Amino acid sequence: MKPFRYERANGVAAACAAAAAPGARFIAGGTNLIDLMKLQIETPELLVDIGLLPLADIIESTAEGGLRIGAGVTNSGLAADMRVRRLYPLLSQAILAGASTQLRNKATTGGNLLQRTRCPYFYDTTKPCNKRAPGSGCAALHGINRMNAVMGVSDDCIAAHPSDMAVAMTALDARLETVAPDGAIRAIPIDALYRAPGNTPHIETVLAPGELIRSVLLPPPPQGRQVYRKVRDRASFAFALVSVAVVAEREGDRVRAARVAFGSLSYKPWRSAEAEASLEGASATRTSFDAAGIAALKNARGYGHNDFKIPLARRTLRATLADAVGV
Amino acid sequence: MAESKRADVIGLPLDRIDGRLKVTGRATYAFEYATQGSVAYGVIVSAAIGKGRILRIDTRDAQHAPRVLLVLTKDNAPPQTPWGPVDLPDRFARAEPALDTDEVLYFGFPVAFVVAETFEQATAAAAMVRIQYDPMPGDYDLHAAGPSAENPGRIDGNGPADSAVGDFESAFASAPVQIDAHYTTPHQHQAPMEPHATMAAWEGEMLTVHTSAQLTTSPQEGLARTFNTPKENVRIITRYVGGGFGSKLPYYVDATLAAIGARTLGRPVKVAMTRPQVFYTTTHRTASEQHVRLGADRDGRLTAYGQEALVHCARFDLFTEPVCDAARRLYAAPNRLTRHRRAKLDLPRSDSMRAPGEAIGLLGLECAMDELAEALDLDPVELRLRNDTSSDPEQDRPFASRHLAEALREGAARFGWNKRVAKPASVRDRRWLVGLGVASAIRGDILQSATARARLENDGKITIELAMTDIGTGSYTILTQIAADTMELPVDRVTVRLGDTRFPPTAGSGGSFGAATSGSAVLAACRKLKAGLASGMTESLGSVTPADLDEAYSHAGFGAHFAEVCVDRDTGEVRVRRMLGVFAAGRILNAKTARSQMIGGMTWGIGSALLEENHVDSRFGSFINQDLANYHVAVNADVGAMEVVFLDEADPHGGPLGSKGVGELGICGAGAAIMNAIHNATGARIRDFPATPDKLLATLETLDP
Repeated sequence: MKPFRYERANGVAAACAAAAAPGARFIAGGTNLIDLMKLQIETPELLVDIGLLPLADIIESTAEGGLRIGAGVTNSGLAADMRVRRLYPLLSQAILAGASTQLRNKATTGGNLLQRTRCPYFYDTTKPCNKRAPGSGCAALHGINRMNAVMGVSDDCIAAHPSDMAVAMTALDARLETVAPDGAIRAIPIDALYRAPGNTPHIETVLAPGELIRSVLLPPPPQGRQVYRKVRDRASFAFALVSVAVVAEREGDRVRAARVAFGSLSYKPWRSAEAEASLEGASATRTSFDAAGIAALKNARGYGHNDFKIPLARRTLRATLADAVGV
Repeated sequence: MAESKRADVIGLPLDRIDGRLKVTGRATYAFEYATQGSVAYGVIVSAAIGKGRILRIDTRDAQHAPRVLLVLTKDNAPPQTPWGPVDLPDRFARAEPALDTDEVLYFGFPVAFVVAETFEQATAAAAMVRIQYDPMPGDYDLHAAGPSAENPGRIDGNGPADSAVGDFESAFASAPVQIDAHYTTPHQHQAPMEPHATMAAWEGEMLTVHTSAQLTTSPQEGLARTFNTPKENVRIITRYVGGGFGSKLPYYVDATLAAIGARTLGRPVKVAMTRPQVFYTTTHRTASEQHVRLGADRDGRLTAYGQEALVHCARFDLFTEPVCDAARRLYAAPNRLTRHRRAKLDLPRSDSMRAPGEAIGLLGLECAMDELAEALDLDPVELRLRNDTSSDPEQDRPFASRHLAEALREGAARFGWNKRVAKPASVRDRRWLVGLGVASAIRGDILQSATARARLENDGKITIELAMTDIGTGSYTILTQIAADTMELPVDRVTVRLGDTRFPPTAGSGGSFGAATSGSAVLAACRKLKAGLASGMTESLGSVTPADLDEAYSHAGFGAHFAEVCVDRDTGEVRVRRMLGVFAAGRILNAKTARSQMIGGMTWGIGSALLEENHVDSRFGSFINQDLANYHVAVNADVGAMEVVFLDEADPHGGPLGSKGVGELGICGAGAAIMNAIHNATGARIRDFPATPDKLLATLETLDP
């Protein structure tokens, strides 16, 4: 760990201004950032602690019938909130499928969205990694890439986003409310937060320097059953091989509408318009669900060790849809 | 009136003597000694290449970093004895010099050492050491190195690399039923919770080393050798150890460098390995390739029985994992073959990890037995019973005690084995495919040398002292019980002091010999003291040697594992619903700690069947998993209902206590029972451990409705 300065922000404006400086980073729960600092993957000069900002840990109902979640709400607090459990069980399930109790007690909503990939080559500073050291190459591309992405990535970086929470939020059409250092407030759909790696995988989001995620807005809950399914090597405290968030509504023997998002397949939670189109009005059968998976994964590409993710994602989607609509 | 014999204290499920200290944070571990201010903190710098030579080390920035006290490299490290000797009979007493070469022998090889006033300052400065390398190509892949593998002559435990009885090849060729299967097991790590750590301090020529170690006298001798000083000048203290599992049999450069740092600076120095360093600077269990060939007649009697293994050791070392050791003693067969071949790789040292040999050898062998049972259409329990033997098939001597058949029968009855449907993929429970599996357990039993001191104190209490360790197994507790039982005193009148080379020497903790060995020494010391009390004796020494185990017999613990697994029919996730282990392990010294040892071993079986593996990226020569987030050991949620049953086994030839080791028997065969249950659940034969979901997808596709 390199020496760094630490400031506790006493207001949003001051926090954004301080964090806009080169080498500055926000810190909230620190469950990812501090690990990365210990390994010198992240070497900030200044940490701006936003843990005590007013209203950061409040969950409130919105006029339109949704929820506004403060970015500082802990993962444990969000998963346990009665409104979340009743209206957005998908979100609660996804959060509880991630990390461990101890980590969830500390990790925050904003931090979860901005956590870095767990690609082993990103974590090992002796290895090439375009995300950590731009221009050094991607060691995962021809390496041991079992946990890496199969969708939407580039030969410069095949890292996967590790969040469970963000997958559920993507299926729920969450928007992020941010504050810029100049005080400007904007709303960003969660799907637009993450930037495709292209040839600049070190730039991961559309956030400007010092731009702070203040809250996450959930629109009113969608119709249909919500099911989150995480597939992992061990039963707890493991990153997903594949995860699937489904919201599906059944009408007779047909699917009226469905939402589908995958985790661990891409640099971001992967919402599949193709699967959703395929499911709309389709018969509620395993055959239809398989067809949705095939449509979703049409452009997927394995890199060797992670080839299995493609059939696994299709099978997991099929099972999760069957569960959601009761087949 | 005759005095009635007091109830045996040995065997009672006494709570751990050290339990309360540990859960309240008052047990002092190596890194927790000394106070801040007096002690300085050292950090090891690890090589960033797999093999090559150091061209230049630039330490200027590190030296000028805040409050840095010392930067050591090969350019300024003090002279030490060269590593080895490689063939020293006690390999854990070799010299372990640091920074004495410009060669990089493996990825993570220690290349520099930084000491500062705080751990954080040392860590920051360590990252400023700039090293220029001349990298060289290395051999990192076991399979690729297979053709150049050598006959190691001897394997760990000093058995021969090869064994043969009868004519295996002809018998196998003519066997009516044959199994010819290849299995692979991956590199595994001991992954103790407490990292390898040392605090060293000098007083004149006297070096005191608080370290996390399974052994005491070996590192004492080793450090003395390293620094070319009499071993009386080195004191090892290791009171509590947060897990070792074999990885703390050797001592490492944390001890060497802490000692060098302390001598140079004239103040105590602490060094703890980082978690990545625990992965790549200590030892690991070698990957293996196993070729198992079984030939049987139609009745299921083995006529040809062969297991061959390929393992690796570090280029500069000699360790050979005794993969086929279990096969040599487990089943009868007239024609037998075992063979070990060893490839030298440019990786860190492979060495012992819980049940070296058996733990992975039984994965191959006991899965092959399951394949044979299926080919014979014979129940897997019955197949094992038909090939039981009362004498050691390759040693021409009887087993001192062997209750494998009883364990299999008892386990089958308790587990509900008769409900198993032999045809795979027959049992479904909602989205789960359910299966049962069985495997035999065997672990060789040995006795080592130890001496213990028993002393009668003025207040009538007894103090026991010996340089034994308690690595979390319960040594403090069982030794207290043995002393209390022998002296006929309540356990609270006995104090056991361990982990200090000022106490009489022992072989320490390893190979499951710790309890029997140290326990026998305590027994002898207490018997002598008790007999001498009337004549005024207040102190005695008691000893045990390997010769106290009757050589006319073959010695091993046995058992049977049963597992029920369910496999998600869509995703291939395997969950262990329940396991039963029935063990015959001689006299049980503490029913609670022995059960805990077995549950721990069985849990490791879950790890080896389903979870644990590391990969080497051959382009870089380094392990890819370097933390506990990615190196998966079983967590609570992976462990279903666990039941342990000990058969009442008296072993009249089993040494002074009649006990057998329990630290390793629980893992032996456990993973195979799980893998066999997966086959019963799905029909899949996964021969490449572990059974992660990806390996089951092809089979599941064929089972889709």
